[in-house]
Amino acid sequence: MFGILKIAFKLLVNDKGKFAALLVGITFAVFLMIMMTSMFAGILARSSSTVTNIGAKMWVLDPAVNNVSSSIPMPDYVQDAVRSIPGVRYAVPLYSGGAQVKLKSGIYQGVTVIGLDDATLFGRPDLMQGKIEDIYAENGFIVVNDAEFKKLDSPKVGDEFELNDHRGVVVGIAKANTSGLFGVPTLYTTYHRAITYIPSTRFTTSYILVQPKSSSDIPHIKLEVQKLGYQALTDDEFIQKISNFYMYQTGLGINVMLMTVISFIVGLSISGQTFYTFILENLEKFGALKAIGAKSRELISMILFQAGFTAFLGYGLGVGLASLIIMLAKLRLPDYAAQITNMNLGIAFIMVLIIASISSYIGVRKVIRIEPFDIFRG
Amino acid sequence: MKKLAVEATGLAKWFGEGEAKTIAVNEVSFTANLGEILYIVGPSGSGKTTLLSMISGILKPNAGQVLLEGKDIWRMSSDELADFRLNKIGFVFQDYHLFSRLTTVENVAIPLILKKCDWDESMRIALEYLDIVGLKDRAYLPPVKLSGGEQQRVAIARAIASRPDILIFDEPTASLDGDTGRKIVEFVKQHILNENRCIIIVTHDSRIFEYADRIIHMEDGKIVEGD
Ligand SMILES: Nc1ncnc2c1ncn2[C@@H]1O[C@H](COP(=O)(O)OP(=O)(O)OP(=O)(O)O)[C@@H](O)[C@H]1O
Ligand SMILES: [Mg+2]
Repeated sequence: MFGILKIAFKLLVNDKGKFAALLVGITFAVFLMIMMTSMFAGILARSSSTVTNIGAKMWVLDPAVNNVSSSIPMPDYVQDAVRSIPGVRYAVPLYSGGAQVKLKSGIYQGVTVIGLDDATLFGRPDLMQGKIEDIYAENGFIVVNDAEFKKLDSPKVGDEFELNDHRGVVVGIAKANTSGLFGVPTLYTTYHRAITYIPSTRFTTSYILVQPKSSSDIPHIKLEVQKLGYQALTDDEFIQKISNFYMYQTGLGINVMLMTVISFIVGLSISGQTFYTFILENLEKFGALKAIGAKSRELISMILFQAGFTAFLGYGLGVGLASLIIMLAKLRLPDYAAQITNMNLGIAFIMVLIIASISSYIGVRKVIRIEPFDIFRG
Repeated sequence: MKKLAVEATGLAKWFGEGEAKTIAVNEVSFTANLGEILYIVGPSGSGKTTLLSMISGILKPNAGQVLLEGKDIWRMSSDELADFRLNKIGFVFQDYHLFSRLTTVENVAIPLILKKCDWDESMRIALEYLDIVGLKDRAYLPPVKLSGGEQQRVAIARAIASRPDILIFDEPTASLDGDTGRKIVEFVKQHILNENRCIIIVTHDSRIFEYADRIIHMEDGKIVEGD
């Protein structure tokens, strides 16, 4: 078997023009698919970055909320009510809102302010510089060193700024886990300072973070919160809710899906077409092989090998190219939100398998049907 | 005492149905022996290629039987028949059908590779056969770089590389000039024919008739003379 595969390999790669066209087709299709889906994956991951970074097990929110930054404030009694649900170990408020920061240079910059519960600082970030207790110091804010950090002129501990006409002091620099989607820097402070500095409506609690006593309490907590007219979600469910919003209610998901399908079709037509002409060109020779004594399954294995080899090589090149471009883009553009997940790789791989199967199916059908007699007659 | 290589009896083949039915070969019987060159000649459309295809196991007859070295080839399964062709029959096609993307020696090695012979061994043997046809120095060129007569010799080397008992040539000289064609057949008679081999040649070309041991004439699907 090895020998005829080697023949198949030589027939394929020695036809440099067609082999290159095949590879370009598949590489390009894989590249486009990976770029599209990884951009989407990146956006989805970033859209729920706050949920990931805060790290609470459960979130209580208004049912109408579909992404973290547009929270709908809840009255204070909700927090008390949630606290008294059996199975709740503790429940603390979280403030999330937008504000304008005036930098030393006089330039304004929008920021997201997260207010942590004063008593527990639940959801606090990991610090690179400074001590978390300093958040209690007068006008203390912690700046997250994420991709947006530069927009605040890369502040240091002790730097000052103005936030809605209040003085603010940087008391710590936090590590970034996941950056946000909206391109604005994030500041942490205490819940009380946040609601004092930032004008708000009658209600101030954006979210209530809940730690259940055990995971078996979760269904019960959800039910009780629902009775209050609010929604309790686990962190994963909240992330899913946000993803669903972007996927189905913004047109983003459909667009990405369309682009993925289009790149698939482009790849399929280039590669399928080229493979077909490749088979046609060699068809008489395959017929001659049949006359000489090659069995159909040997010819089929040659074609499968050729299609498979090209597909896997093209897949590798496409993935490599996409990774390279994403890496280069990230070097220049820290905000660039693409990330290659196993899911993206899997989707592209399945697409490539389908392209290879369709192409080889067409080839195999042709080759099985040739009659050595027709070749013999010339 | 000559040994029988081919024994065909009552072979018939027709194409199409009803009005469009053409009887390409009509109740043909003949024999071919090991150690001889047998010619099948006749006008165009007389059924020569069809007959050749039936006795070499690539076209199933509508009636009659073919015994090759005593075996009824049309009672074999298609895989058995493929193996039989691979081991017993060598084809030289009119258009050669060489792979232009492979080197000459790789082309010659194909039957050996199909016989699951190891790659390097196949190349070594193929080189010997290229030497026999006098083209050892062209081994690593693609066949398209060779002249028509040289390509024909490559096709012959490929046909004999698996050491078949029966060699089948369809119009071997059709695309060669008269001189080259004669040289090829002369070469075949001198170097390829032996007492354990039967060579059957279909041709129009009267310039090569002199190399025949025996000639069968066909007309309208029937043998009109010879055997
Ligand atoms: N697949 C086919 N379908 C229909 N008719 C066919 C087919 N193959 C051959 N024939 C017919 O059978 C007859 C014999 O054809 P064949 O090719 O055997 O002739 P030939 O003697 O080899 O001719 P030539 O010298 O031109 O090669 C012709 O009339 C041809 O038209
Ligand atoms: Mg013919």
